[in-house]
Amino acid sequence: MFWNFGSFDDRLFDDFRRVQRELDEVFRAGPARSGIRAVARGTYPPINIGATPEQVDVYVFAAGIDPASLDISIQQNLLTVAGERKADGEEGAQYYRRERFDGAFRRALTLPEDVDPDRVSAQYRDGLLHISVARRESTQPRQIEVK
Amino acid sequence: MTETQQVSKQEPRTVQAAADTERVIRPAVDIFEDQSGITLRADMPGVSRDSLDIRIDRDTLSVEAQASISTPEKMEALHAEVQSTRYQRSFSLSGELDTDNVEANLKDGVLTLRIHKRAEHQPRRIEVQST
Repeated sequence: MFWNFGSFDDRLFDDFRRVQRELDEVFRAGPARSGIRAVARGTYPPINIGATPEQVDVYVFAAGIDPASLDISIQQNLLTVAGERKADGEEGAQYYRRERFDGAFRRALTLPEDVDPDRVSAQYRDGLLHISVARRESTQPRQIEVK
Repeated sequence: MTETQQVSKQEPRTVQAAADTERVIRPAVDIFEDQSGITLRADMPGVSRDSLDIRIDRDTLSVEAQASISTPEKMEALHAEVQSTRYQRSFSLSGELDTDNVEANLKDGVLTLRIHKRAEHQPRRIEVQST
């Protein structure tokens, strides 16, 4: 899969990893820069971005959302996805775990600069929102024929 | 069963699962109980009905699924917060739950499992009889 490119240590179970991550964020925050719009790990919904010469694909892992409630907008190369999820819990029931996100969210993503904000498509299926943004043709690699 | 027993039973399994499979995602869940049973909800975006595998083996409930995500060929990752397409999580069940009476429903990537309690374990009101 295309996102298996990192070398993150995945051999430990999640809770331990979460604590480790938090420690990392506190103590190793030193000189490394992070994106101005970057969010803490574990923020809902998680997002993957992939690119080909023709388009940029954004995958928003947002299960259990009414697609009509999604607000997706793009300004130049800044894509914003906002929405709300209701965890539809049950009144009076006894909860043992409540790990699922409940509430409103908004995420802003900086895409490569050559995306064309007029050519965007989005579809929601099985809890996955897939947004495709075309790139401008002038920046795509071209074969140049020798005459 | 006490909390500590449950934990010591589950941990080796989790470590094992993480060690000998590829990267898996542990889906976020909500679990709640009412008088007639337990409801579990799990977030598994990208999963369709055919790629979902729910098993109950004696007292272990395990949920596994594979997300299918269509990606263009030769795609290059720019940013990835999700680094696997495989979901896996398991739970230990207790005896009063009727493992033959489980309903599963998947909608928009959210799995809802309803596990009913055995009839004899549902709370009953006890009438006081006068003699």
